[in-house]
Order: sequence, then structure tokens, then C-alpha cells
Amino acid sequence: MIRLLAALAAGLMFGAGLALSGMTDPAVVLGFLDIAGAWNPTLAFVMGGALAVTFLGYRLVLPRGRALLEPKLALPTARAVDMPLIGGAALFGVGWGLAGYCPGPALASLAAAQPGTIVFVAAMLVGMVAARLLRGQAAPVAPSPGRA
Amino acid sequence: MIPEAWLAGLAGGALIGAAAVLLMALLGRIAGVSGIVGGLLPPRPAADFGWRLAFVLGLVAGPLLYTALSGRPGVGLPVAELPVLVLAGLLVGAGTTIGSGCTSGHGVCGLARLSPRSLVATLTFMATAGITVFLVRHVL
Repeated sequence: MIRLLAALAAGLMFGAGLALSGMTDPAVVLGFLDIAGAWNPTLAFVMGGALAVTFLGYRLVLPRGRALLEPKLALPTARAVDMPLIGGAALFGVGWGLAGYCPGPALASLAAAQPGTIVFVAAMLVGMVAARLLRGQAAPVAPSPGRA
Repeated sequence: MIPEAWLAGLAGGALIGAAAVLLMALLGRIAGVSGIVGGLLPPRPAADFGWRLAFVLGLVAGPLLYTALSGRPGVGLPVAELPVLVLAGLLVGAGTTIGSGCTSGHGVCGLARLSPRSLVATLTFMATAGITVFLVRHVL
């Protein structure tokens, strides 16, 4: 139960942070990605703030090698810079540029119950399931517990 | 003076970072939204279903909490047409699954861990996103 409350609290902070930052407004996100247009630098501040806090916080947490509620950290084990990584990231970027939604802000935006957001999230989940099915056929090994 | 939206971006980003640190400190988990959600989906949903669902519920409720506290709308309107949103959603879902992460997992947590994979992924999706917006807004 304490684990669920911890995850809920982290999710709440994450979602509130997205809303405060402007990431849940696709117009702001696309304005950042549109370097040739009226460039909106807000997203650079969001990513800078998030990265600075996470970098410093991780320096305190990661060396401990364990979490407060779990005996160990579930960190990604993959090291190879390979085609799935680059190709997948490339496809993701195209979708991000088309809609102005990446997964976190899209899910957080469900709070407003806009039809367009619901359609996007439904398609995103279909895309995730399809890719998981394909991966299951390509390599029948369990994915590593911590993915990033 | 610095525009208020930039300061809100910085503060919101810091809150996102604090959430990522909290999730690592308490549960030892990367706050990568695509990975957390992926573990809820078939085939073979992850055994650790509970915390993932709790995080996603918090994520969806977060903007409501922000609105309750600030009195401001926490969410903007979708800007793309429905068929484009379908295509974009499929690409984002498949791409983040194949590429093992999204803006949060690679762009925040992975970069904070100084992961070479996450650096390559982040540069790649930033580049293709920028190219896509350029083509849609200035070429097509």
C-alpha cells in the first residue's frame, strides 16, 4: 500500500509539474520545436529545470544502490546504441512533431477530457501494444525491468 | 524581464525532476512514462502492475490538482486534426516502445544518469520532431 501511495504521489507531482510548465499545451510544445517560426523557448526551461533537479537528486540516490521501499534500484541494463533505439526515437519524434504530445503530457491532458486527446492516447496505446507484439515475436526474452 | 511562462516552465520542470527523484528514492524506478505505461499493456503485462497504475492515475490527476491550487487551466487544447492525431499517436506509441523511452525516460532520467543511449535517443527525437514541424508549417 505504501508503494502505491509513493507512486501516486510521484505521478501527481509529475502531472502537476507538466501542467505548471506548459508541456500539456501542444501549442507551446510545437512553438518550441518550430525553430524557423516564432520560436517559443519555454520547453528549454522545462527540460533544463527537470534535468538539473533530476541530475542532482540522482547523485544522492543512485550511489546508495537501494530505494527506501525496495531492496534495489531497477536501472536499465541495455548499453548498445542500436537501430531499434535510433529508429524508434526517430519515429517517436515524428509523432511528437505532428501532434505536440509526448506520452506524459498526453496522459496528463486526459484530465481535460478533450476528444482529440482521448483519440491520441488511444492510438498511442495501440501503437505500444503493436510494437510489444512485434518485439515479442522478434525476441522472446523478457524485457529488462527498468527501461529508459 | 523574463517572461512568466519561462519561469513557470522552469518551476514546472523542477517539479517534474523532483517527482523523478522521488520515484527513484522510494521505489528505485526510472520515471519514464512510456515504459511505465508499457508495463500495463498486453502482451504479458508486468508483474508489478500496481505502482505503474498508481503513477499513471496520479499523472492524470496532476493537472486537476494544479488547477485546484492555482485556479488556472492546466491543459491546452489539441491543435492537430483527428486523423493526424491518430497517426501521431500510433507513431509515438510504437516509437517509444521500439526506442525504449520517451521525453521523460530518455530526455530527463536517462540524461541525468549520463546514459549514452539516452543522449542519442534524445538528440534523435528532438531532431525528427523539429524536422517534422518545419515540414508541416513551412513546406507543406
